Amino acid sequence: MNPYLPYSAVIDDIFVETEDGNLKTFRIVLENEEDRRNWTHRPGQFAMLSIAGKGEIPIGIASSPTEKGHLLFTVNRAGVVTTALHKMNVGDPIGVRGPLGNGFPVDSELKGKNIVIIAGGFAFTTLRATLIYMLEHRGDYENITVIYGARTPGMLLYKDELKQWQERDDLNVYITVDREAPGWDGLVGFVPTIAGQVKPSPENAAALICGPPIMIKFTMPPLEEVGWRNDQVYLSLENRMKCAIGICGHCNVGPVYVCKDGPVFTRAEVQRLPVEF
Amino acid sequence: MNERITQEIQSIAASMLESGQVAAFLGYSQGTLPGTMQPFVARDVEDAKKFSWNSFCVINLANYLPALLRSLEPPRRRGEPPPEGPLPKVGVLATGCWSRNMVVQIQENQIERQRAVIVGISSRGMVSRRKLEAAVGYREITHIEEQDNSLLVRGDGFEETINRWDVVRDNCQTCVHPDPVIYDKLIGSLSGDRKIPDRFRQVEEIEALSVDDRWQWFQNEISSCIRCYACRNACPLCYCPTCFVDDSRPQWVGKSIDPVDTALFHILRAYHCAGRCTDCGSCESVCPMGIRMRLFTKKLQKDVLELYGFEPGLDPDAPLPLSTYKMDDPEEFILTHIKKGDKK
Amino acid sequence: MKPLVLEKEQAGHWLKGLCNNFDIFAPLPTDKGYSDWQKWDGGDLFDVAKGVPKSSIKTFFFPQPEVLFQFNARASAPDAFRLREPKCQDKPRILFGVRPCDARSVVLNSMPYEEDPYFQKRIQETFIVGFLCREGCSTCFCKWTGGSPTGTEGMDVAAIDLGQVLYVEILSDKGKRLVGNGFFRSPTKDEETEAKDFVEKAKGQALDQDVASILRSKGLMHLYDAPFWNSVSEPCINCGTCTFLCPTCYCFDIQDETLRGKGRRIRYWDSCMFPLFTQHASGHNPRGDKLKRVRNRFMHKLKYFPDRFGPISCVGCGRCVRDCPVNIDIRQVLRSLLEI
Repeated sequence: MNPYLPYSAVIDDIFVETEDGNLKTFRIVLENEEDRRNWTHRPGQFAMLSIAGKGEIPIGIASSPTEKGHLLFTVNRAGVVTTALHKMNVGDPIGVRGPLGNGFPVDSELKGKNIVIIAGGFAFTTLRATLIYMLEHRGDYENITVIYGARTPGMLLYKDELKQWQERDDLNVYITVDREAPGWDGLVGFVPTIAGQVKPSPENAAALICGPPIMIKFTMPPLEEVGWRNDQVYLSLENRMKCAIGICGHCNVGPVYVCKDGPVFTRAEVQRLPVEF
Repeated sequence: MNERITQEIQSIAASMLESGQVAAFLGYSQGTLPGTMQPFVARDVEDAKKFSWNSFCVINLANYLPALLRSLEPPRRRGEPPPEGPLPKVGVLATGCWSRNMVVQIQENQIERQRAVIVGISSRGMVSRRKLEAAVGYREITHIEEQDNSLLVRGDGFEETINRWDVVRDNCQTCVHPDPVIYDKLIGSLSGDRKIPDRFRQVEEIEALSVDDRWQWFQNEISSCIRCYACRNACPLCYCPTCFVDDSRPQWVGKSIDPVDTALFHILRAYHCAGRCTDCGSCESVCPMGIRMRLFTKKLQKDVLELYGFEPGLDPDAPLPLSTYKMDDPEEFILTHIKKGDKK
Repeated sequence: MKPLVLEKEQAGHWLKGLCNNFDIFAPLPTDKGYSDWQKWDGGDLFDVAKGVPKSSIKTFFFPQPEVLFQFNARASAPDAFRLREPKCQDKPRILFGVRPCDARSVVLNSMPYEEDPYFQKRIQETFIVGFLCREGCSTCFCKWTGGSPTGTEGMDVAAIDLGQVLYVEILSDKGKRLVGNGFFRSPTKDEETEAKDFVEKAKGQALDQDVASILRSKGLMHLYDAPFWNSVSEPCINCGTCTFLCPTCYCFDIQDETLRGKGRRIRYWDSCMFPLFTQHASGHNPRGDKLKRVRNRFMHKLKYFPDRFGPISCVGCGRCVRDCPVNIDIRQVLRSLLEI
């Protein structure tokens, strides 16, 4: 089994998520039926999307393993490979290498707990996978709270699904934008501010936080104020990756490889590592 | 002689650091192997005692100067202008070619003249460790003692006295400007320009080859290149924030040791140094594989001298021929449409 | 298998007999004054200086560039852009004259490369004939790293040069395949004594400490926050000399290249010393400072690797010490880490 060889796949659908066009969700279907049947992943894991001739990029899997038959990836246009991906069309071939990484411990430590999902900007992708998984296994988890914010209403991901989640009564959903915007009658304020207002209880709880480092930095104080400990908080780190199997050396943060030992770490683990991410 | 220079460097550096004239002083300290020296920055009087000088100081100190000066500025965001008031200065040793590179750095706005306190030393040429190793038949050297005109070399079961000039580096042997061209303080005295009638002899030997033989020579010379970029990183001229080999949009050069990509790297880098290279020899001295890439830039040096009568770094006011533009440029390609009378 | 002896005059004939089935490489003199790994041309095999050749043998286990996949880059083709593994047409190879440090490096590199099929295939196809060292150079420090001048880790055949003959020990099944062609005989009593003598008297610098276990026992952040990284990293010019010459540095980059309708995904050596090594597409660079990069390299080799795998990721060959353009000496760094 060659861990560098991606599964052959095809782009099945493309959806532009944000008003500036920089974020697109790609619905990808593995070509081989057996691969489709055998694929399984844990929310929080990622895959390497491979575009022959351009390269590979690590992208979090935005679809839950319960959404069978296809995989969703929400990709931000940033460099060579993502730009090429954004120019591709439905029906174009693409490679998928994965699932990689450790994912959130949804089938172990998180079971039976109150879950608080906090996300900023386009880091919400793997948390969508996590949320959908948890909703499919609703009985395994206690209260689920979602706090998600973006700069403007147009920059929010999965807008249709957000509306549906807000209407559920087994979910507490707080969607916020950084500043007032025409046509927006929801919450206004930075994610850390909203987290401070919601004051989720740390009692038998775990927090899954994904976002830019600055958001995480400011989100921790309001949580710590109500008693959250660092081992209750799960973060997903990012780093430059190439082999994604812990050999090539690009993604290491001190002794751990983000691709192999992560990308999910508790905040307690992260604080024991050098700040190299 | 080396001892005397070492003492002077130590005392000058100590006094400059003590008086606060400079925040750091850039020189050399003793290495852990015979025939190697380590570039060293002293930031206080105690450190200044570690300075040392001998014939193995082969890396151009101008290479470190811009980064060291920047590191002494108070931190600021990109785009923010530097703060008011004088910024900390750096003391630096300078031989002929190193000082010429500093002139080029001033002309290219990489350093400000007033922030560098230059201590000039006229160079007697630096010894090539590689030539010395060849001179003792590649037996392992454990001890080198320098006399003024010879080197006493000891190894396991042998001791030899080697004539110093025989093992001086190629570029130093053909050096015409050993004296520092700018300095604030001088150690020793100036020796004046040297007359070397055949200073481009190595280049002329290659020029005399047929085109096919020349290409063969070039390919053979770079065949052992491992793309470590020691040559580029040791060169004071190579300060581009993103080198052309590291560009990805578009990617000009492949990154592996494929011979075509490697040839492209060396040829393009040589051309980027044309008209600016002072033949300090750092590139060749640091190459782990012994590639003599300074011959490429030496050829271009010869061309620039013949075409423009120009040698870089001698005159801070002389415009750099390959990056200066004039309205009466005789070349048509820049002003073609106006020369041809079109209105664009 | 019992030890054997080969008359050195016969060595060339022995290897010639294997030429059809193997590519044979040996450290041979170059015109630049150092010896380096080259394809054996049938000439003298024993004209090499003591110590290690310029390059390590890692180029035989992960060459650069190494083609990982090939693909058709013409969009109209039915199999366009689908990656396929390349057909490998290399003959198996014999590396003749590998020093114990270089042979041991293969064992160390196999630890992180356990799941890499390309590397593992090359291990199976590469036969190492090692030469034990009578004494090291002043830059050799294999004993500090858990190796030894007479170590045989990683070798298929271990040879001791006794002047007229090579005294060899067969250490693996692969080794057995090499010595079956009638050139070898049993050693005489004298030769056996000489060989024992050689091993006992072999000299090498040693530290009276189990370096790897001391480093494993030290706190991670204690070493990371040590005050000496500033002075260690200051002269560094961030080239790739240390990483590319080092037998146990194994970082690589992967790129796709296309030319006239044919494409390939290759990997080639990358260096954590290069500023772009950790740069994200967003421009953020976790190790943008030179100090962070230099520290990371030493911490990886001397702390992170032993924490994960046991031994330190260094075999004491001394190449970086000899060739670092600014004389950053890993022995000094090691000592500092042991003392702090």
